[in-house]
Formats: sequence, C-alpha cells, structure tokens
Amino acid sequence: MRPQRLFLLLSLLFTVLLPFLPLVLWSISEKWFYPDLLPQAFGPRAWSYVFGTAGDQLVFGLYISFTLALVTTLVSLVLGIPAGRALGLYDFAGKKLISLLLILPIIVPPLSVAMGLHLWFIRLGLAETFIGVVLVHLIFCLPYTIFVLWGVFTDYNPEFEEQARSLGASPVRVLLQVTLPMILPGITVAALFSFLLSWSQYLSTLIIGGGKMLTLPILLFSLMDSGDRPVAAAVSLVFILPAMLALLASAHNLGRHGLQGVR
Amino acid sequence: MPRLQSSAMPPAGTRRRTSARRLLVLLGPALAIILLLFGGGLLLGLLQALGQVPSQTLSTIGGQHFLHVLQDADFTKSLTLTLYIAITSTVIAACISVVLALGLMRWAANSRAINFLLQIPLTVPHLVIALSVILLLTPSGLFSRLFSYLSIISTPADFPLLVNDGWAIGILIVYVWKEVPFITFMLLSVLKNMGVELLEAGSTLNASRGQRFFYIILPIIAPSLGAACLIVFAFTFGAFEVPYLLGRTYPLALPVWAYKNYSDIDLLARPEGIAIGLIIAAIVILAIISSQLLLHFGRKRGLSI
Repeated sequence: MRPQRLFLLLSLLFTVLLPFLPLVLWSISEKWFYPDLLPQAFGPRAWSYVFGTAGDQLVFGLYISFTLALVTTLVSLVLGIPAGRALGLYDFAGKKLISLLLILPIIVPPLSVAMGLHLWFIRLGLAETFIGVVLVHLIFCLPYTIFVLWGVFTDYNPEFEEQARSLGASPVRVLLQVTLPMILPGITVAALFSFLLSWSQYLSTLIIGGGKMLTLPILLFSLMDSGDRPVAAAVSLVFILPAMLALLASAHNLGRHGLQGVR
Repeated sequence: MPRLQSSAMPPAGTRRRTSARRLLVLLGPALAIILLLFGGGLLLGLLQALGQVPSQTLSTIGGQHFLHVLQDADFTKSLTLTLYIAITSTVIAACISVVLALGLMRWAANSRAINFLLQIPLTVPHLVIALSVILLLTPSGLFSRLFSYLSIISTPADFPLLVNDGWAIGILIVYVWKEVPFITFMLLSVLKNMGVELLEAGSTLNASRGQRFFYIILPIIAPSLGAACLIVFAFTFGAFEVPYLLGRTYPLALPVWAYKNYSDIDLLARPEGIAIGLIIAAIVILAIISSQLLLHFGRKRGLSI
C-alpha cells in the first residue's frame, strides 16, 4: 500500500471510530473522575442497570422502537412497491409534479408537519397511539421508499412476467418467483432506509406519541438530561446495535452498493 | 440478481404507457397518504398558526402569530444562528467530501473495507454522536483529560469551550461527521461512472492538476454535489436534537425555539410554535425552488453545470 493511501485509510479509521471510544469507556466505567485519562475503576454497573433495574423500561423501549420501525417499513413497502413500479416503468403526464410531491416530505423537517397534525390526531384519537406514530413516520419513510423503488423499476423489464404468464404461471406465482426475486436487492435497501429513518426519529415521535410511545431515542434523551453518563452511553450502544447489524448484513449481501444514501 | 437479459427482449427501461386507471391503482394509495398526512399537516398547522382553533367556533383569522414571531427581536438572532449552522456545516462537509471522493475515487470502487467504513456514520443516529461529542469535547471530556495528562492544560477551565459555545463548534462537528459520508457517496457514484478517459485526455493536453479539477471533474460532479448539499442544508436547518443538546440557551436555533413554544405550558404560545415551524418549512422550500431556478437559468445561459 502506498504511504498516502495508508495515511488516508488510517485517518478515516480514526475519525470514524473515535466517537465510539468514549461511549464504550463510559459504559463500562465505575468511577472516572477528572483528570484521569482512563476510568479509575471498571465495572458492569451501567449495563446491569440497563438490563436489570431499568430492564423492563429498556426492553419495552426496544420493543416499541423495533415494532414501530418494522410496521412503518412494511406499510412503506406495500404502498411503495406499486408506486415505484408505476413511476419506474411508465411514462405519463404529471411525473414531475409527483416527484416534487415526494421530495417535499423528505426535505421539510418532520417537526413542521407533526406540530400541525397533532391537534387533528388528538381529535381522531390517534395521538399517543402506535398507529398515530406509524402514520407520522410514514410521511417521510414512504417517499424515501418510493424513490429507491422508482430507481429499481427503471432498470426492470416486465416482459419476463408476460413470458411466465404465457408459460402458464399464475399471477401469484409470477409475483413470488419472477417479480420479487428480481427486485429483492432494491427492496432490501428500501427497507433498511425506512427502518433506520423510523428507528432514529425523535421529535415527531415525541409530539405525536406524547409520553406513551417511549422509544429508545426518547429514553436516551431523558437519560442525557439526567446526566448519568455511564447509563446514557450504554443505552446509546444498544441504540446503534440494530443499525450495525443491518450494516454488516447489507455489506455481506449487497456488496458495494450497501446503504449509500441513508442519512 | 441473476442476469436474465437476452437479445430477444427489448432493453430495460423502454418507455411504456399504460391506462390512467392502472396508474391510479398503482400510485393512488401512496400519493393519497402522503398528500393527506403531509399536505394536511401543513394546512392544519397553517390554520392553527393563523389563529383558527377548531374547538372555538368564532375566532379571528389573521397573521398576528406570524407577525408576533417575525417582529420578535430573537427571531433574527435565531434565524442567523440556524442559517450559520446549516450553511457552515454544509460548506465544510462539501469541501471535505470533494477531497475525500477524489482521494478515494479509484480505490473505493474496489475496496469493501472503505465502503464499509464510510457507511458506519450513515447509520449512527445524530443523537448518539451528540452524546459522544459531549463525552469527548466538554471541559471534562476525553480530549481535556488527554491534554491534562500531557500537561498542556492544568484545569478543565483551561480547555476551550467547544460544546454549548458561541460558535456552535460541537453542533458543526456532529453534522460534518454525519454528512461527509453522505455527500462522498453521492460524489463517488458519479466519479465511478466518469471513467479515466477525460482525465487522461486532459493530461495529454498538458492540463495541470488544478485545470483538470476545475474544467473536468468539477463540472461533472457539480449537479450531484449541489443536490447533496441541498439535502444536507435542509436537514441541518430543520433538525432539533443536536442544537438542543449542544447549543447555548440563547439564542436558540429555530427548530428548538419552535418546539419550546409549542410545548410551553402557556397554550397561547402554541400557535407561535407552529408558525415558527411553518417559517422553517417555507425557508427550506424556498431554498429548493431558488436553487432549481438558478440551475434552470444557468442551463439557459449555456453553462455546462
């Protein structure tokens, strides 16, 4: 390896990994007074608090965050696949207008929309409910999903479906054995986008979910305000775990395309 | 994905047409939901910000909440701070990304390790990095301890204020760390398709490094760079968590100010919070429209960008 490349690689490695160092150190520290560079005593206090004393709350937070992100992703895919197909395959008037309609919810901050929706959701009985928070996450997860699938269907040839049909395959069989296998990599990327967007959402969940939907980011936020550094560090490591797992899985399956474009 | 392409098939992406009915079936549900929730949210917000509260049958519609916000002396300070954070972090991230993308351009396409490394910041939520910056850069943080260990400083007070500071350094660091990989990936995907032919032609014609950058690479990456910067700008302009955690208590970034009003015990402050939220949305939408117009006129004048 050339020296410049080695330097570039090492500085990248350092910059990317540095933020995780204090999180790991704090999460396993028992006593760490200034000005010591390393904790005076290591110990599992934070972790046993996270999974023991406050275990119920954290596991519930994990459960809420996970199911919220999962349901949002599934609904996004069910609605987004047909929409992406229409946009990717066909030419029709008004496409530019539709793409503007899809860009706006991605660009406009969720807080502007969530504050307006709140009162309406209270009246409809959707505030502080699971469905209400899914709906508010859909506002930006669905357009993201459609954009990814729009790109997928631009390179898709629907005549394979016709061929399969002419060979006697039922519509369900065509869907399962022709269409889905061809768009599966695109679906995986779209699902990861949507999952991570919903997973890391804070303010819109807080506004619509009130005090009821205590997702991981909301728990982490209140921990940071309370100032218990070891526990906050431990929870934040739990918080990034699914993303890291998704990343590892995608690096394995999707090769070089991976998660490009996730914000 | 198996390669199924055969010569008997027309090339993928052939422009096809279909009935309006079928389009409606495919697109209708998704667009209806987005229109209803997004459009509805903005519209209902606007009504509330204009003083129309649904439970009160008779209320005066008017721009008094908007006027009150716009005339508040804090508004200009908040707007300036928010613009400063969004523009500075976008510009710094863009510059680093261009250098990084050029450095990685021939290498990253073949290196899984580099791709993997750059994807890590994309997946980590802003909230976690904000916490990490607190643990690293506050006067009792890891860097302060390191400097103290190296006897560069003697007390935490000697360490420069980098979090909750006047220049929003901590906020900028979080955003730059998060956004550089995003912009870099956008640039790398363009550079990967560019090939080396143009650059080789350039060097054959004795173009210097700078000339090759400004006359070959920059025009090619400019549209993607612009689009990526716009997305980053819009995000950093409207994000709440990072300025809330790492910012000073005065002046507040616009999104923080908006939420503070919205969640105020005084219910009269609520329409003002919504009004600030709508002002943020308006500024972001204006930024998109004006950049599109600039691009449009640029093209008309024959600029290659």
